[in-house]
Order: sequence, then structure tokens, then C-alpha cells
Amino acid sequence: MSDLIKLSAAALGEKIAAGEVSAEEVTRAHLDRIAEVDGRVHAFLHVDDEGAVQAARAVDAQRAAGDKLGPLAGVPIAIKDVIATKGIPSTAASKILEGWRPPYDATVMTRIRDAGMVMLGKTNMDEFAMGSSTEYSAYGPTFNPWDLTRIPGGSGGGSAASLAAYEAPLAIGTDTGGSIRQPGAVTGTVGAKPTYGGTSRYGLIAFSSSLDTPGPCARTVLDAALLHQVIAGHDPRDSTSIPLPVPDVVAAARQGASGDLTGVRVGLVKEFSGEGAEPGVMAVFRDTVEALTKLGAEVVEVSCPHFQYALPAYYLIAPSECSSNLARFDSVRFGLRVGDDGRNSLEEVMSLTREAGFGEEVKRRIILGTFALSSGYYDAYYGQAQKVRTLITRDFTAAFEKVDVLVSPTTPFTAFELGARTADPYQMYLADLYTIPTNLYGGPGISVPAGLSDGLPVGLQVMAPTMADDRMYRIAAAVESTVGTFAPPAL
Amino acid sequence: MSTNVLPTYDDVVSRYEPVIGLETHVELGTVTKMFCGCPTDFGAEPNTQVCPVCLGLPGSLPVANRAAIEATIRIGLALNCSIATWCRFARKNYFYPDMPKNYQISQYDEPLCVDGYLDVEVDGELVRIGIERVHLEEDTGKTLHVGGATGRIHGATESLVDYNRAGIPLVEIVTKPVPGLGARAPEIAKAYVAELRDVIRTLGVSDVRMEQGSMRCDVNTSLNLPGAEWGTRTETKNVNSLRSVERSVRTEMLRQAMVLDGGGTITQETRHFHEDTGDTTSGRSKETATDYRYFPEPDLVPLAPEPVWVEQLKAALPELPRQHRARLKTEWNLSDLDMQSILNAGAVELIERTVAAGASPEAARKWWLGELSRRANADGVELEAVGATPEQVAKLQVLVASGKLTDKLARQVLEGVLAGEGDPEQIMAARGLEVVSDTGALTAAIDEAIAANPEVAEKIRGGNQAAAGVLIGAVMKTTKGQADAKTVRELVLARLAS
Ligand SMILES: [Zn+2]
Repeated sequence: MSDLIKLSAAALGEKIAAGEVSAEEVTRAHLDRIAEVDGRVHAFLHVDDEGAVQAARAVDAQRAAGDKLGPLAGVPIAIKDVIATKGIPSTAASKILEGWRPPYDATVMTRIRDAGMVMLGKTNMDEFAMGSSTEYSAYGPTFNPWDLTRIPGGSGGGSAASLAAYEAPLAIGTDTGGSIRQPGAVTGTVGAKPTYGGTSRYGLIAFSSSLDTPGPCARTVLDAALLHQVIAGHDPRDSTSIPLPVPDVVAAARQGASGDLTGVRVGLVKEFSGEGAEPGVMAVFRDTVEALTKLGAEVVEVSCPHFQYALPAYYLIAPSECSSNLARFDSVRFGLRVGDDGRNSLEEVMSLTREAGFGEEVKRRIILGTFALSSGYYDAYYGQAQKVRTLITRDFTAAFEKVDVLVSPTTPFTAFELGARTADPYQMYLADLYTIPTNLYGGPGISVPAGLSDGLPVGLQVMAPTMADDRMYRIAAAVESTVGTFAPPAL
Repeated sequence: MSTNVLPTYDDVVSRYEPVIGLETHVELGTVTKMFCGCPTDFGAEPNTQVCPVCLGLPGSLPVANRAAIEATIRIGLALNCSIATWCRFARKNYFYPDMPKNYQISQYDEPLCVDGYLDVEVDGELVRIGIERVHLEEDTGKTLHVGGATGRIHGATESLVDYNRAGIPLVEIVTKPVPGLGARAPEIAKAYVAELRDVIRTLGVSDVRMEQGSMRCDVNTSLNLPGAEWGTRTETKNVNSLRSVERSVRTEMLRQAMVLDGGGTITQETRHFHEDTGDTTSGRSKETATDYRYFPEPDLVPLAPEPVWVEQLKAALPELPRQHRARLKTEWNLSDLDMQSILNAGAVELIERTVAAGASPEAARKWWLGELSRRANADGVELEAVGATPEQVAKLQVLVASGKLTDKLARQVLEGVLAGEGDPEQIMAARGLEVVSDTGALTAAIDEAIAANPEVAEKIRGGNQAAAGVLIGAVMKTTKGQADAKTVRELVLARLAS
């Protein structure tokens, strides 16, 4: 095992730029690690050895030619399979897209390539990002490197696990209800959901258009910020992308690392006082808040009365949008086709394909969403959920008049055992209890490792106002500077 | 339904009152599609004008075309609509293979333009047609079902889809229900579509060619007894010529009357119009129609046209057809009746172009309403498809005005034009139709005629000018009619004057 895989992305970038190590060496070290452990972790659905080595060599050639390299040039990265990558399978962990190779790159991917980063492969996830454990992947679950009998969170379990298992120093996730932050929390890694519209959705295979947000996954706050800086910024291909400058999240992370939070007002959400959360999680949370106080932050409690309706509102809005977004998977233009034997009608082929191609959770949400949008039910369900969304946004706006950021545990419980929550969808949905309000509001949120409970990681969530992503990086970096980082037992 | 006897039209309108409504789709002539950068050219090889966005590939996102929004607002303004200060696109969800995403980005309860009207002139009388809404959406692809008996999806062995059309901006213009038209309903429906077409053509936002499908009509028709509530309506789909608009309303009125007379009820349904027979047949029933599950399109931000911009667009609207026609009537010094006959013949633009190409309004009108209208009628084609261009007609008239052609010869040249033999000068030369104006040749012919008819010449010398007819006839015979009779007469009289 090469020591290179334990280094941060920032350190790798510096070493490559300084010529202390080649991008190819770094890439090969990670590919070797994947070959060594991924049989047990199953973080990856597809590894692109050849493409990765080629990309690394291109960076080395640039350096040899005297080009100045960016901070992450030559640094490897794992990409969640929901991101379209040109010529590389992009399945969103669904059977219905098995073997589909997009003819184009997502904007996030284009920016990653432009930064000279090296894509290692595509990571496992819950099918179409619907789930909180990666158990709903059509290609089998991912296992948490902290304990291979436990889930790595979801939907972006593969990205988070690849970091915890040292298979990649950076990864891309997407966060619709917590799919970056919750896996970060249960794997002891950092996961940031940028402001909605701060990162482009172009090329992100849509689950819920008004919520989906691509973002960085890393082992350190600074690494996450560096990746955030690469992928963020206005994209004319995404109408919902915000045409404003990207907040300087890297500077904020460096500032936070100094450990001084004097004058920062931190809000505790009264409604997230721990009901339904594991005591061990709440204990770590209280200790972290205590630590923030010691760093000079002023901690106050704020009330967000409508947060209690966030989960039901989310489970109307997200399925409604998904029922429409997933209609295109019909076998006509791409992906799986079932029953095209000359006897079945076109409608039957579409129907058979969707029956065979979608997993249970995806079907559940399509059915739920189809119902919620139906004529006669729209006002009571989708319409009502949108009103709740407005109220939750008001709660955030009011809270941010009193405090700079809000904090909470990222998820009510540590990594649970495989199979523990698949029987009851609601038990699974509770994993995103604390992360969902941020998605409905559209602001940024980050999960940073805060401690361990019974030997398993616990994350602290920092939530900030829209387009104030820098603020959450500062607080997260300060937490990291106090509590340190957490490494899983050797695999 | 006990009877199956089709009543006469006069009988139907004496007992029932029709209510009509029209939904017209117009493909905008923007350079690029509604939500992506693909070109919109008609007739390209299938599936060559496509990209991830208009193919609905996973992960792709739409970006609204500003030019299409501008064109829609201009249509709305020309139709006297209010323009929304804030509105959204919506998704219309239904499964069909020519819809790449299995939803259509359209507008639902927040259209861009609402509540306007279009005044339509029928037989010199203005009829105001209310406009419910004008909204913007994307067109679907085109499906070709191969191997079935019907050309429909059922029974087909293969279905081929061309997505070149998918994503072309489509404007839908919906009228309010129009009651009270009585027997004139079919005619007014046609006049409305014709006027709408002219308005849109004047705005320059679409080529509005019904035969190419860039303008398509759905016609709603219902019948009710006088004083009773409006009847159940049917929607006749894809009525694709002006003539068919008129026929489809008429056909549907007759059919519904037959059903009602027989004690039956009208089913709310879509019906297909058949150009060949003029019949409509039942399509999909609305009772089992899809629930489109409309909801605001989350991939697009709301539209909020700046009022200042809308004002600028309004101020820059061109002269609309009705004002334009009023101006032409004055400029051409026409009576109401003359103007009406030009309108009825669909000849306004043709005459205008002929005048622009150098003919006098009087002459241009004479050609288009006379010889060319007769010819179009005989051939069963629209006047503009008769086979002569306004430029050719103008050239022909210039030849007449300069004395190179007589009216009679000009008609022969026009024959050549309609037969595709080329431009008037070429035909005149090729057919040897030019007026014989060479005085030497005429003088010889006249001398010959005088020599052959000495006694007639004597009478003329004696002052009997009426006798000249004989000599003129002889000269015309010699010149095979290519001499100008008036000139010949003058030359004959001059020759015998001394
Ligand atoms: Zn396109």
C-alpha cells in the first residue's frame, strides 16, 4: 500500500505541481488500492484504469512542458454514477441504464477535466439517488469501510466509501435530501451540498430537479473547498444555475482552520433537539457545540417550527418530480429494452422495460409522485407541499437574521447494519430528517466529522444562507481543527 | 340512434346553433429550437438535427430560447392580448414515442399572453373572435408506423421516429368559444384562420405553411337548440388547409345534427378529419383521456418579460393585415366591392407584389381577378399556386403598356408562362408573338391590300372611312394578327388621304 493514498488532495496537488511525484504514480497508487480493496467495499461500479492513466500522463506532460498546474491537477477523483461522463458507463445504479455511455459530459465533469483532475471511475449509489444506504443499487450494496457489515449511507454511499477506504482522495456526490451529507457523516468524511444553483445540474441524471445539487466529497474540509471551487459557478446550460460569483470557500476553509470563531453566531435548531436520535449521536453533537463555544462562537437556540413538516413535504415534491423525470426511460432511444419480440406492442415494450428495469424503491416513488400530481389530488399533495416549502424557507430566513449558521447532527443515527431498515421505507427516510430542510430551502449544508459513537463516525451538519457557502466551510474547518479527522480501522 | 339520414345544411342551421372554437399551432421560424441550439430547417435527413437536450437524454436540461419568447409576445400583442408579467412553463406528462422526455414542456395555467381578440372581415362585415390565450411550447417528433393497415401505431410492425422536429418552438393560439355565428360558422372559422395566418406572416415569425405543417388547426364544434345550453363539443384534429377548416366545421355540424336528430348524444372526443372525403371519424374519447399531471417545469426559471421591453415590442409591431388592406384600398382607389372581390380571391398580396414589380394597380387587378382566377378555378388550385408569379405578370403588363403586345397576344404569352415556358419576353420571342410595328413591313402589307382592293381604296379616298375595315382585316390577315389594329387603321387612312 502506497502512502500516497493517505494524503489529502491538497497535498497531492502540491506534490504533483512541485514535481515530487507524478500524476501517473498517484493515479496508479489509487488504482492499485481499488484493485486491492474494492472487492470488499464495492464503492465502484466502473473503474476506468486506462482513461485514468491517460489523463494522468497528460498532466505530467503539461508539467514537463512547463505549464503551471492548478491546485488539483493530477489529483484522482471518483464520480457518482448519476453524473453523465462521455463514453463511460453512466447508469445511476439502475438496470434500466445498464451499459449506457453518454455522448456528452456533465458540466461538473467538464470542469473537473479542465482542472486536470483524473477520473478513476464511477461510484455506486442508491438507484437514481433514491435511498439512504446504497442498498437500493441494482448492482449490489456498498459496504462501510468502518465496518463492512454496515451501510455507507446513501444515496452517495459509493463516493463516501471510496474516500474512507482510501480508494480516492476526492469524489463527486449529489444531494437531493442528504445524499452527500449523510454518507459523509456515517463514513467519517466531509460532504458538502452547495447552494442550489451554485453548481450546475447539466448532466446530472435528474431525480428531483428542484432539489438535486452536485457537490464535493473529501476527507478534509479544505479538500472539499478546493473541489467546490473547481465545480461551482454559473453554467448557461442550466437555467436554474445562479449567475453570481462563487463565494471564496477555499479562503473560508483556511480561515476556519485557524480555529477562531470569535463573533460567529451559531444557531441550534430547537426542533432538532434529539427526539428519535441515538443518544451517542446527541452526545457527540453536544460536545461539538461545546467545542464551538470554546472557539469563541456564540451559541443560541432558534426555532424553526415548520421543519417538522419537511420530511412529508419532501416525500411529495421529490417523488412528483421523479415520476416525470424518469418517464424518459422507455426503451425507445437508449438503455434497456425488454419484450421487443415483434408480438408485444410499443406500449407493452415500454411497460415491460420499466417493470424489469426499475427497482422497488424507484417504482414506489414513481407511483407516489404520479398519484400526488394527479388531477384532483394536486392541490392537496404537490401544491400543499410547495406551501410547506415556502414556510420552511421563511423559517431559515428568519433564523439567519439571528444567527450566521445553523448546526445539527447530520443524521439521527450512525451507520446501521445492512438490511436493518429496508423492510420499512419510513425508517429509511428518517436518515435524512436533519438534512432535508436545507434542500427544500435551497441553501448550502456541510457534514464534517465530529466524533465517534461506539466506534462509528458521527457528523456535524452546518447550514448557511443561500450563496453563503463560505460560511459553512469556515465553521466546518474550525470544527475539524478542534476534533481532528477520523480514520477507519485498516481494511 | 334510429335515423342515419344526413340532414341538409340549411335544415341544420334552421334548427340548431353552432358554437365553434379553434386551437391553432404555429411553428415559429426561429433559427434554433426552443430549448437547445439545434437548427430548425425543414426537410433535413431524419435525426440529424438533434442533441442530448432535444433527444431528452438523461441529465440534459432545457434553456429557453429568447427569440421564441419574443415572437410569442409579438403574436400576443398583435392579437390584442395582455402579456403576463410573470409566468412559468409547465410539464405536460404523457407517454408517446415521439416525445423524447415523455413530457412536453408547455404552459398550463400561466400562459404568456391572455385575453385578446382578432377582428375578421367576412363579406365586408367585422366579426370579433375572442382569444383566450397564446402560449409557447415545444413540438414533438414525427412517428412513422410501418407495416400496419392503418398507418397508426396499432398493428404496426415497426415504428420509426424522427426527432428533428422535436423541440421546435410551437405557439398555441386558443380562441374563446364563438357562439352566434349561425350558418356562417364554417366560413368564419376559415376566415379567422386565414386572418391569423396573415397576421403571423406579417409579423415574420413563421412561414405559416399549412401544407408543411408549420400551421395546424384543431377545430372544436358543438350544436345546441336555440336558447338551450351549449352542446357537447368534439375536437377535430389536424385540419391542415383553409378549405378543410371550413369543411370540417360544416361536416361536424351535419354529423352532430344527424346524431341528435336520431335521439343520440354527442360524445366528447377527438375526431380525425380526412382531406379526401371531407369526413371526420372518431379518435380517442376524452372520457378516458390521459391525466396530463401538469406541474411547473422545475428545470426552467419563471418568465418575467420586462414591461418596458413589451412596450418596445408593441411600438415596433408592423402594419397588420387589416390596416394594410385599408391603406391599399385607398392607394389603389378601389370601391368596397372591388376590394372585397380581391380579398375573396385571396389576391391582395399577389396584386401588391405585381404592382411593386412595375404594373399599375388597375392592370394587376385585371390580370389576377380575370384570366388568372379563371385559370386557377379551372385547375382547382389556389390563386398563388396558379403557375405565374407576380413578377411575371408585371413583366407581361409592361410589354402591353409599351405596345409590344396587344391584350390578345398577351393572353397567349400568359398561356406560355402558365405552361412553364419561361418569362414573358422569352415566350414572346420564342412564339413570335410581338406586335408587328415595323412600318416598312406594314406599309408593304397595306400597299398589297390596296392593290388587291382598288374599289375599297377608292371609297376611302372619297371620304368613306368606314370602308377601311376591309383593308385593315386584309392587313391583319397578312401579319397573322400581330399588328396593332389601331396603328394599321391610321396608316391606311394616311396612305389614302392624299
Ligand atoms: Zn437539440
